Amino acid sequence: MARKHAAAALAVMTALTLTACSTGEDSGSSSEGGVSGDITVLTNRTDIVDTELQDYVAEFQKVYPDVNVEFEAITDYEGDVSIRLNSQDYGDVLLIPNSVTKDQLPQFFEPLDTVEALSSKYRFIDEQAFEGQAYGIATFGTANGYVLNKKVWAEAGITEPPKTQQEFLDALQAVGDQTEAVPYYTNYADGWPLSQWQNNQGSFAGPEAVQSRDAQAAPWSDGNEQYAIDGLLFDVVAGGLSEKDPTTTNWEESKNLLASGKVSAMVLGSWAVPQIQGATETVGGAPEDISIWPMPWQTDGTFHSRVGGDYKLGISKHSENKDAARAWLDWFVTDSTFAVDQGGISPVVGAESPDTLKDFEAFGVEQVELAPAPAGEESLDSDIYNEAEIDLFGDQYRRNLIDVARGAASGDRLSFFEDLNSRWNAARVANNG
Amino acid sequence: MAVMSGTTAPARAADSRSPGSRRPTRRGWKVTPWLFLAVPLGLLILFTYVPVANMVWYSFTSWDGFDAVKEPVGFKNYVEIFTRPEIFRVFLVSLYYLVGAFLQLVLAMYFATVLSFSTRFRNWFKGIIFFPYLLNGVAIGLVFLFFFRPGGTLDALLGLVGVQEAPLWLGDPSLVNVSLAATSVWRYMGLNFVLFLGAIQSIPNEQYEAAELDGATSWQKFRFIILPSISQIVGLSLILAVSGALSVFEIPFIMTGGANGSETFVIQTINTAFKFSKVGLASAMAVVLLLLVLLVSWVQRRFFPEEKGDLA
Repeated sequence: MARKHAAAALAVMTALTLTACSTGEDSGSSSEGGVSGDITVLTNRTDIVDTELQDYVAEFQKVYPDVNVEFEAITDYEGDVSIRLNSQDYGDVLLIPNSVTKDQLPQFFEPLDTVEALSSKYRFIDEQAFEGQAYGIATFGTANGYVLNKKVWAEAGITEPPKTQQEFLDALQAVGDQTEAVPYYTNYADGWPLSQWQNNQGSFAGPEAVQSRDAQAAPWSDGNEQYAIDGLLFDVVAGGLSEKDPTTTNWEESKNLLASGKVSAMVLGSWAVPQIQGATETVGGAPEDISIWPMPWQTDGTFHSRVGGDYKLGISKHSENKDAARAWLDWFVTDSTFAVDQGGISPVVGAESPDTLKDFEAFGVEQVELAPAPAGEESLDSDIYNEAEIDLFGDQYRRNLIDVARGAASGDRLSFFEDLNSRWNAARVANNG
Repeated sequence: MAVMSGTTAPARAADSRSPGSRRPTRRGWKVTPWLFLAVPLGLLILFTYVPVANMVWYSFTSWDGFDAVKEPVGFKNYVEIFTRPEIFRVFLVSLYYLVGAFLQLVLAMYFATVLSFSTRFRNWFKGIIFFPYLLNGVAIGLVFLFFFRPGGTLDALLGLVGVQEAPLWLGDPSLVNVSLAATSVWRYMGLNFVLFLGAIQSIPNEQYEAAELDGATSWQKFRFIILPSISQIVGLSLILAVSGALSVFEIPFIMTGGANGSETFVIQTINTAFKFSKVGLASAMAVVLLLLVLLVSWVQRRFFPEEKGDLA
């Protein structure tokens, strides 16, 4: 609360100074004080659209009293909004859907500024940029790894993050043997949690992970990152360390299971930590037992965690009120407390890291940000995986992987990865030539 | 038809009385039926034929679903469908639903026959059998998800009669389609039941009385009175069953999302369009499904020609 009041006071003060400015000198500064109009903001946060988001609007209007902000909350954000892009009616400010490829950004969104100019102030600018122009700014950043219940792991005698895949499997085995908990929960039925595995790209192969994957004929072979990530999931399931029936899992319930220690770990981003800590209030358990640890591999004796921006806020090309839209966008990513409230990493360069990442500091985890794609290859990665129908950021092939691993589909580890490799390479060749 | 005859009759009456105003009146009356039809026809064209025409057009492009440019690629999508065996393999899943559909018809016919005679609590039973059809498909999916999960309702029921090691109803790939097809039978049997019941009740009572006088058994009454009288409805139900089995969607999509070998053709189409951004290819798949359903209906009409009416 104290923080909120401080922010409110600050906002009022800036508002006063700004109006003072604009009345004092009329020349040119038509921005802050003079911005007015109605804007529609599309959001995926159906849970807080009528509560917390309205508080942000109240704060915002202290600075820009003439801008009205309406929200439109969409449950299946990705699916609905990517279809709506066909029309010209997709709000003024919106989160850029992931299915938009980089070269399509100029079709739908207003360029914000050059990447060069913005990256001195914001992180994750490269992630929605095309030909040197940035089209979106992240609402918050996420570090990736696995969320675990440390109390359960401590009961099994593990108090430090495993350093190798084998150590990780042994740790889960120990949890399975010595506690009542299910060591790992795949969330197979909801599907999207399976795509969280892919967010760890870069923690193994470094910032150039995507480019090196696109150059590989066989990403699913020993020594490559994709093999490390998917191989680990395969071994967890094949070793019987995951839930008994993956087809009937439930995400909302899984938060309670992890919070109460009935499940010991799930691969997720740091964004999930506050949600699961929140679940401890209803099902019992201590919030401090819930933490996120880095993936079980090290480079040069150090853990790495891939840090990436969540959805990026962009401005519709068809907005009729681009000044007001821009004002909201800038205010929301810079001056609102949204990132901190969500337990995320602030998109502003130099901001403090959130409490959820305490353990990362304790274990000396280095943050990795993916390097931007070289010019002309912005959509190469998605072109390849769409062509190959291997949805790296979806759930289809990882569900298949889990089915093979638990013996419910034909094939084995080798044949499954070989099939992925051959499809990948065919698509890669098709896209290069 | 009712509109036409209703409007032309007074028109003629008006003609005979005032020949002077003949022309404009007649023209006015000719336009009237179209005015009545304008709204439904407009809606039909706008929401059915235009989207279908669009879909056919997309199927000849490599569109990804939102790009401004839709690049024509000719028959490439269709060639891809017929040269990739995994696209057609999912029709094997439909066989489960087809078997389920026949079972469903037989059950529905049995219940309809039994309940069309005086049975104790017959209205109550009718309600019970029809009720699942009234439920929302999403709700049914969620309810059965809890029903089939390990330690769920079904396992608890089986536990009561001593079955300890229940299989994974949705987790076991050899069982998942059976479980889903059973859910589908539970849901749709009510519709068939009501259709059959209505047809059976329209059979005049005298026929049964005459049969009884001749000493017919219940089976003979069913075989020689009921079945021939409802043959049209049975034909219609068969077409619905087969096309339904080819385009199963709701129940597997909600319950398993097509995972674990329960993927049907429609789920595959959706994934192709929205997960892999291949709207062009997915549209071609939808067109192929449409043609398949039309073909099946046509074949069926050839084998089960209807005697009268235009129900099917």
